[in-house]
Formats: sequence, C-alpha cells, structure tokens
Amino acid sequence: MSWYKPSDVGYGLRCKLSDWGYGARLFVRLMALLGPTLKRFSLVRDQIHFLGNYSLLIISVSGLFVGFVLALQGYYTLQRYGASEALGLLVALSLVRELGPVVTALLFAGRAGTALTAEIGIMKRDEVLGYMEMTAIDPVRRILAPRFWAGVIAMPILAAVFSAVGILGGYVVGVLMIGVDGGAFWSQMQGGVDVWRDVGNGFIKSVVFGVVVTFVALQQGYEALPTPEGVSRATTRTVVVASLAVLALDFILTALMFSI
Amino acid sequence: MIKGRTCSGFLFFMDSVSLSPSPSLPDSSPLIEFKNLSFGYGERMILDGVSFTVPRGKVTALMGASGGGKTTVLRVIGGQAKAQKGQALFEDSDIGTMDSQGVYALRRRMGMLFQFGALFTDLTVFENVAFPLREHTDLTDALIKDIVLMKLTAVGLRGAQGLMPSELSGGMARRVALARAIALDPELVMYDEPFAGLDPISLGTAARLIRDLNDVLGLTSIIVSHDLEETFRIADQVIVLANGKIAAQGTPDEVRHSTDPLVHQFVNALADGPVRFHYPGNTVEQDFGSGVVQASSHAGGGR
Repeated sequence: MSWYKPSDVGYGLRCKLSDWGYGARLFVRLMALLGPTLKRFSLVRDQIHFLGNYSLLIISVSGLFVGFVLALQGYYTLQRYGASEALGLLVALSLVRELGPVVTALLFAGRAGTALTAEIGIMKRDEVLGYMEMTAIDPVRRILAPRFWAGVIAMPILAAVFSAVGILGGYVVGVLMIGVDGGAFWSQMQGGVDVWRDVGNGFIKSVVFGVVVTFVALQQGYEALPTPEGVSRATTRTVVVASLAVLALDFILTALMFSI
Repeated sequence: MIKGRTCSGFLFFMDSVSLSPSPSLPDSSPLIEFKNLSFGYGERMILDGVSFTVPRGKVTALMGASGGGKTTVLRVIGGQAKAQKGQALFEDSDIGTMDSQGVYALRRRMGMLFQFGALFTDLTVFENVAFPLREHTDLTDALIKDIVLMKLTAVGLRGAQGLMPSELSGGMARRVALARAIALDPELVMYDEPFAGLDPISLGTAARLIRDLNDVLGLTSIIVSHDLEETFRIADQVIVLANGKIAAQGTPDEVRHSTDPLVHQFVNALADGPVRFHYPGNTVEQDFGSGVVQASSHAGGGR
C-alpha cells in the first residue's frame, strides 16, 4: 500500500487551484468580451444557428414527450382530489418553472456542449489555435467568445420552445385523450401562471444554465490535452460537469427564488 | 487599410509571377539575433546559452535531433516562450521584455506555417487565405479577393479556391497554409517541419516555393526540418542544434563536411553515435539476467 506524502497533496491542491484560477480568468474574459463580440454579430449569428437550430429537433421532441407524461401523471394525482381541471396549471408551472430550463440544459449539454468541446479540442490538436496566436489573432476573442454568447442567447429560447411544446403535449394527452375540459385547462393556466414569478424565474434559470453549460463546454475543449484521448475525455467531462452543475445550481436558484 | 502594415511586395510580386530568384538583397543586417539565450523547464534546459543571427532576406534552416530545441527557438521568436537568460532580438528590440501588446504587434510582422497546415476545416481554401486579412485589415471584399487570388496563384492553387480542406492532399494543404502565411506580407516566415509526410513531388514543390517566395517577396525565412536533402538545397545558412547547444553552423556545405561527431551522425543519418540508439535505462543484465547477456554476447548482440 502506498501512502501519499504531504507534498503530493500540496502539489495536487496547487494544480487544482491553478486550474480553477485559469478557468475563472477565462470566464471573466468571456464576460468582458460581450461588447466586442456583439459588434461582430455575424459570428454570433452563425453559432446561434449551429447551436440553436440544430438542437431544435431534440428539444421539441423531448418537450412533447415530457408534456405527455406530465399530463398523465398529473391527472392521476389531481383526479384523486377532484381537481383535474387544474391539469393545465400543473403542466405549465412544472414546465416553465422547472422542467423547461433543467431538461433543456441537460439536453443542450449533450447535444451542443459536446460538439463545442470536441470542436475546440480538435482545433487545439490541429494547431489551429496555435496558428491564431502566432498570427496575433486572439482565439478567446475570435473563437470562444462568439460561441459562448451564442450559447447564452440560444439557451433561453430553446427552454421556451421546450416549455411551449410540452404544454401542447399536455393538452393533447389531458384534453384530447383523457377528456379534461379544454376551457378549464387553458383558463386555470392563464389565471395561475404569473409572468414575473413563474416565467421570469424560469427565464433567469435558463440564462444561468446557458452560461454554465456553454462555459464548461468551451473551457473543457480549450484545456483539453491535444490528443484523441484528451479530446474524448474532455467531451465526457463536459457532460458530467455541466449536468451536475445544472442540477446543483437548479436547487440553489430554486431555494433563492422561494425565499424572495 | 492595413493596420500597421503596408502592402509592399504586392506590386513587386505581380510582375514576377515566374518566381525567379532575385540576385540582390537590399539589406543583410540581422533580422533576429539570439544572444547567449537559455530556456528550460525546471532543471531541464532546452536551449543552453545559444547565440546566432538570422540574416535578413536569407533562408535559415534549424536542424537537429527531435527534442533538440528547434521548435522552442520558433516559440521564443514568436513570444510564446520567454527566455530565462540572454536575449532574443527582433530588429534590436528584445522580444522577452515586450508586453502582450508588443508581442501581438510583432506577430503581425510574422507568418508561420505549421506542420500539418492548421487550416480551418469549416472554411474553404479561399476563406482560409482570406482569414488573416479579414481579421487584421479593413480592406474591401474586392481587394481581399484580389490579394487572396494572387497568393493562391503564387502557390499554384488558384483553381482550388472553392475546395474544402478535407478535399486537399497533404501537399496542397501545406501550400494553402503557405499562401495564408504570406497573406499579410510578413517580413519573417517560420516553417515548422514543412516537409513532414509529403511525397517526393510535393516535397520538391514545397521546397522550391519556400525558396522562391523568400527571394521574390524579400522575406526572411526560418525552416525547422528533418529533411536533409531538400533543406540543404534551399538554405543559405544551417544551424544544427543538439542538447540545447549549437553543434554546427554555416553554409550547407560547411555543415555537410563538419568533423563534429554529432553533426556527422546527423548528416549521415547514423543510428548510433553521440545520440544513442538505446534510450537510457536499466542495463541488459538488470533487465534480462546475466545468462541472457552471455548468450547474446556469443551471438554478437547485447549492449
């Protein structure tokens, strides 16, 4: 059995600290690059297309099925208390406040985050980033920043699409298949969902998740070892770190929002 | 207009499409000078008190065994690695003491060709060559088109402007990267193993291009290469690096006839010499036991 020397622990800790330091500095730089990035909006637009449009299908289909299941499970619980007319409210609140932002963020990490990590990692391996540095073109400004802000912009829109499609799915199962009253379904929803408290909170969550998922994906790609194995590990880490961060942050944000 | 750079060389370039070497070079003062420069990671010295000059307008080749510090020299010139001791001067200004603004300004005067081209795989050949122009200048699209087509003509790939990098052969990709490296009319072009993995025809083409572009555009070139034949053919000056020091320096002929055992091993491609064939480690006895050593020494092998 081998024992760790105190110096090993210290070395490991210093490496971790320096990694976090690099990560924090990269994050601050990306935040500070908002202005210059938006000035070249065509770069951001292309990335919104790449990250957002290509994620639409998986987001919509997932939203539809989540809406189906919510209506079934919600009806099962509500009808015990004779409150099945509130099904629309339950589906809408669940989606807008919670499932929309969280599930979209998890899917976004799997669909777009991995693509970002692999793209940046392979650019690093092919020395494209090295070429840019040697040509006095800052890769953080030219490659990372447009992708980062595109992810931050795309994420709330995708979450909104997810929630909207989910509500339609809830309507299909709840009203058309189970036979809950359609008028009650919509009017309960209209009366019970508050734009600021519910939709606003969901929006804030999705923006925060957009920042987290896109940053984790870019940072993992940028710090990846420039080998096939390094890029594959970085891609895996993107999904693991981003998913855990989204779930943990979701709890913290929900707790904060309840306390306000 | 081009920020901080002029378009010198364009017109000159246009009337010399034949790419014939120009006999006279205007100025032979050193563009780059290393003064007793040392660089290392911790205890391990990559460059140990190295001094040399890169004359303006000439092709300088850096050669030597892998891990000998050749690429580090390029990194020091590009400001990516800072020397621990000594100086690296670019036109008499010390690269090591420049701030990041200064280093970026300096890099705009350099072009670099990476080993496998480092092209953007999502951009066409045309857009790859246009990339540095779009990033560093406010030129109109029409002007950028003219410049890009001129550069592609120089490397013989104007016809390939619409292709994607995945459709190019290794040699063509290298030539596109060369066109991109000279897009901003740099004063210095650095080539990191430009001949690696090329077939003989592409290799000859690439070597001739490097020489011709150097002379026609009035560039200064530094080539890191392992290919003895081609490099000796096109270089004005050869520097052989070994163990962090300069083992030989001079014209290709002088280096070829060097009596230094290490240079002799390198120039004649011998497996064993001052650079050992066997990686240092346990002795044969330690790894195989003494019986095997006796048996193998009877058979004439062993170490």
